[in-house]
Amino acid sequence: MARAVTTQRKTFNTALAWIVGLLIFFPILWTILTSFKTEAQAIASPPIFLNFDWTLENYAIVQERSDYMRFLWNSVIIAGGSTILGVIIAVPAAWAMAFVPSKRTKDILLWMLSTKMLPAVGVLYPIYLLFIRLGLLDSRAGLVVVLMLINLPIIVWMLYTYFREIPGEILEAARMDGATLKEEILYVLTPMAIPGIASTVLLNFILAWNEAFWTLNLTAVNAAPLTAFIASYSSPEGLFFAKLSAASTMAIAPILILGWFSQKQLVRGLTFGAVK
Amino acid sequence: MATQHSRSVARLMMAPAVVLLLGWMLVPLTMTLYFSFKKYLPLRGGDLGWVGFDNYVRFVSSSSFWPAVQATLVIVGGVLAITVVLGILLAMLLDQPMWGQGVVRILVIAPFFVMPTVSALVWKNMFMDPVNGLFAHLWRFFGAEPISWLSEASMPSIVMIVSWQWLPFATLILLTAIQSLDSEQLEAAEMDGAPPLKRFYHIILPHLGRAITIVILIQTIFLLSIFAEIFVTTGGAFGTRTLTYLIFQRVLESQNVGLGSAGGVYAIILANIVAIFLMRIVGKNLDA
Repeated sequence: MARAVTTQRKTFNTALAWIVGLLIFFPILWTILTSFKTEAQAIASPPIFLNFDWTLENYAIVQERSDYMRFLWNSVIIAGGSTILGVIIAVPAAWAMAFVPSKRTKDILLWMLSTKMLPAVGVLYPIYLLFIRLGLLDSRAGLVVVLMLINLPIIVWMLYTYFREIPGEILEAARMDGATLKEEILYVLTPMAIPGIASTVLLNFILAWNEAFWTLNLTAVNAAPLTAFIASYSSPEGLFFAKLSAASTMAIAPILILGWFSQKQLVRGLTFGAVK
Repeated sequence: MATQHSRSVARLMMAPAVVLLLGWMLVPLTMTLYFSFKKYLPLRGGDLGWVGFDNYVRFVSSSSFWPAVQATLVIVGGVLAITVVLGILLAMLLDQPMWGQGVVRILVIAPFFVMPTVSALVWKNMFMDPVNGLFAHLWRFFGAEPISWLSEASMPSIVMIVSWQWLPFATLILLTAIQSLDSEQLEAAEMDGAPPLKRFYHIILPHLGRAITIVILIQTIFLLSIFAEIFVTTGGAFGTRTLTYLIFQRVLESQNVGLGSAGGVYAIILANIVAIFLMRIVGKNLDA
């Protein structure tokens, strides 16, 4: 009897959760579906859900008319470059804080996180001005540096929490066996740290890919990544639903896939360890 | 335990990150402070000298200041209320035993990974377009006259778009917190005959207290500076000009750098007030 009730309840939960889940996911699903329609079908009334003539022409047109690949490449360079650069700078810092902690470690860590709270708009003009003076406006190099700096606190933080999970005894044992600092890092620490570093890279790549304040304000044509490319569709002449959907689908698809792998890191990376 | 040598090596290893972040913080901040005390119009005469606190006074006494404060409060407050309440309900639902839990979780989390310009544009056109949007179809189906949501109901529309983006974040964090709840405690309460609502108020909600605080603080910091969603949908028109957007317009659109910088300083102070509370919780957690 009790078992029957549980099964019933489970069925109800399942149904409810799937309905809610699909409802939340619907805008994304609808965008993906629309990207395979013709423009006429995309605005048909009543809306067509599945029984339309699937076509790939929107994707071809988006690439042909706006050189989509260039924006995609900019996004890859900017998000990838800023993440790699950030990790290179953050690994030693996080390592030092995790394994050679001092009285000030906690303060330094908190201070670093607090720089992440600085509202971008508060320093918009200085950065804009510096970019003009240094010839960095609308350059990928400039955005790589800025996005690296805004994500550096999160990168340091995540690496620190991962490194701290590595048991210190192993390092001591290595030291006892006469390993130098270099050997210790290279042969003992690195293999154990790789999963944490990979997770950090993943989440920060996603954050940099989706960043839409600096990428919109510091680029024009040459260095514009997908965030800025998509924003250009907001002008009235860009009002073609199917093409807009094709461009959007291409911009979010890689990140949706990466994102599904990074659910756990999301909690760790964005709550600064305050929720476990 | 750490030797003098390893300490100095550690300091050296931390140096690049510390120096970079210090520069990233101090250089622009100093410049913003500097400009905020100047009458500085790059396109109309450039640097026109020191003006004391003039910009600070003018920023708050301009006719667009209080509407911007109001817009900011409505967006932050509205999104927080929606995401926290729905997030709790959704987290409790996802915590129940069900078939295909992993897939449902993915569906719910997906909006968080959509870049802001895409979600703003998709909502604006494919859902909220007064002629061809899905909402217009839906309204007509029920015999109602579709409205142009982003101009006639601009604030609720933007709150809805931003809530859609942030609901996954709230849900995921609250779900993580719920999963750490001792299920025996709940079962015991159930056996003692406590009705579901009582169990929620006396066991689940207190347990979630800290996670809710964190969600509120982190989201507040991000929501105070939302930009792309407004940039793409209304461009700050129809009463959707937030403080962030107002400062952006002052600085880049009308190139009144002094005035915009004073606004920027207000924004920094505001964000810091929120950040202090957040840092306190994070700091306590570091000790544990």
